Amino acid sequence: MKLFEYEAKEIATRYNLPVPSGFVAATPDEAKAAWLKIGGLSMVKAQVLVAGRGKAGGIKPASSPEEADEVAKAILSMTIKGEKVTKVLVEEKLHSKYERYISIVVDRSARCYTILCSTEGGVEIEQVAEQNPEKIIRNRIDPVIGLQDFQSRTVANQLGYTGKQMTLLASVISKLFQIMQEYDAELIESNPLIETQSGDFIAGDLRILLDDNSLYRHPKFLERMKSLEPDMTPLELQAHERNLAYVELDGDIGIIGNGAGLVMATLDMILDYGGRAANFCDVGGGANEDRIAAALEIVLANPRVKALLINIMGGITRCDDVAHAILDIQKKMGITKPMVIRLVGTNEEEGRTILAVAKIPSLNSMEEAAAKAVEFAAQVK
Amino acid sequence: MAIMVGKGTNAIVQGITGSQGAFHTQLMLQYGTNIVAGVTPGRGGGIVHGIPVFDTVKEAIDRFNINASIIFVPAPFAKDAALEAISAKLNPVIVITEGIPVKDEIQMMEFAKQKGTTIIGPNTPGIITPNECKLGIMPGHIFKPGKIGLVSRSGTLTYEIAASLTNAGLGQSTCLGIGGDPVVGLSFVDVLEFFRKDPGTDAIAMIGEIGGNAEETAADYIANTKYPKPIAAYIAGRAAPPGKRMGHAGAIIMGKSGTAETKIEALRNAGVKVALKPGEIPKLLM
Repeated sequence: MKLFEYEAKEIATRYNLPVPSGFVAATPDEAKAAWLKIGGLSMVKAQVLVAGRGKAGGIKPASSPEEADEVAKAILSMTIKGEKVTKVLVEEKLHSKYERYISIVVDRSARCYTILCSTEGGVEIEQVAEQNPEKIIRNRIDPVIGLQDFQSRTVANQLGYTGKQMTLLASVISKLFQIMQEYDAELIESNPLIETQSGDFIAGDLRILLDDNSLYRHPKFLERMKSLEPDMTPLELQAHERNLAYVELDGDIGIIGNGAGLVMATLDMILDYGGRAANFCDVGGGANEDRIAAALEIVLANPRVKALLINIMGGITRCDDVAHAILDIQKKMGITKPMVIRLVGTNEEEGRTILAVAKIPSLNSMEEAAAKAVEFAAQVK
Repeated sequence: MAIMVGKGTNAIVQGITGSQGAFHTQLMLQYGTNIVAGVTPGRGGGIVHGIPVFDTVKEAIDRFNINASIIFVPAPFAKDAALEAISAKLNPVIVITEGIPVKDEIQMMEFAKQKGTTIIGPNTPGIITPNECKLGIMPGHIFKPGKIGLVSRSGTLTYEIAASLTNAGLGQSTCLGIGGDPVVGLSFVDVLEFFRKDPGTDAIAMIGEIGGNAEETAADYIANTKYPKPIAAYIAGRAAPPGKRMGHAGAIIMGKSGTAETKIEALRNAGVKVALKPGEIPKLLM
């Protein structure tokens, strides 16, 4: 789960990690009041979870309280990449000497946390990685001893700092790791980390990505995730509440399957046959009637869906159970859109017979089913 | 021959009294797996499907000859269960549990590395050596003994491809899922190394998906070590958009890394035959 910049900075403040002084505002009036508290040139920053707000015009300077009011009004009426702006962060404008980059990430292949840092901050780190890979310094954190102070000092040193500045930067690095551990983050990133004219380090931006699997340890965020996940579509939110893995895509063929890998393979096959999937929907292993019903409801609620493909590889899931579920749901919901069912695995003959009696055709080849679904979708006007 | 598990494997089930643990204990017993004990803290003295339940792993290993563990313990307690199994020198330890925090996974993997334990998973369908030992949740009947080793990051897609191998007359030496989480105990390279040394494995089917760079690393390993056995691969997720998690926590394209295209290209350059449909795998191995 992504945190908003202001949430991340509130956490940073509690850990004495320097951030620009700033205030959250939900209205132009509040933004004006925030400007007066700061008392000088400020930046008004849209609080959204999608990337690229700067390019979209979501970050603007304000040199007077009136301008703060005006700019906040404009930004608060924006929708950036589908995400409505409901809050802005009004922050003091810092005078930076340099912009640096620092992050701590989960290193999958080394199975540990890794610190990434670079003197090239303020730009996309992917760009640095491509053009000047030698400018990114990587340091793995030992899972047993964690990040010790001497290691933070070494990293600061590698970035070229000595003496007082080295200790200041080392302290920033140690605090970032401490926050990461205590909040179960899978990413913490400050870009830019600002080096001021006076030689201090201040987190100009701060991104924290929490590990969804750890939210049971952080009930406050678990609640927030249920109530508000601004980068989800309404249907994704509904699916999320019902514990279904559902991702909306831009095509017109609704997909339901059991198992993430199998559903991804189904989407690929639809693409190969010239169709476009409307969604990814995984009902999981051991899917029962309720889950399949929930999946059908959500997938069919997408108005773009012209045809439906159900792909079940019965392992623990029994094909006869799936067939019964489809029949019941069809009776209840009266599915009118063309539907292709691919049903193989445990009790597949029983399952197919049940569907055949109800005059619902089913197939045993994934290829055929995908081709058929693409054909059906193309026929619907 | 096979890798990691076989006729000589005697296992405990940690979390045997839970609904998933109990259900799959029964299916594993029916398959012929030697499940000798179960462990659930606080439920010692009980019996599940004829199997005695202990409070601790230590009690179970003191009483029986046990060398492996399969874990169905809920995510908040799974790390503790895995550390208990590793401490008891059980090997391999198969972690079926989904949704374990990544911080816990990092600790589990580090402890396993120190003790020389192989962890399969977390978030895996498990491992099966057909007709010998099934430590997992896969439907046993779709697997047949043979010479193909199968390694995968996914669950039902593994069943899909195992079934197509079986239908094509290609049996399997051992099939396992390394798990769908970002941090798991085994990499493709680790498993390929096991298969390389196994005289019972003639060829390998490898099933990858978007996210991370485990497939690219495997491609480097295959090329650099002149891997001696034929490999056919399938990579799921060509149609997946960047930035969206496709079910598995690990299946997410970040920026430009982890796309299906980069994985397919890397594998092809290493001499691996890449199938664009799961059903093409048997043909590529014949």
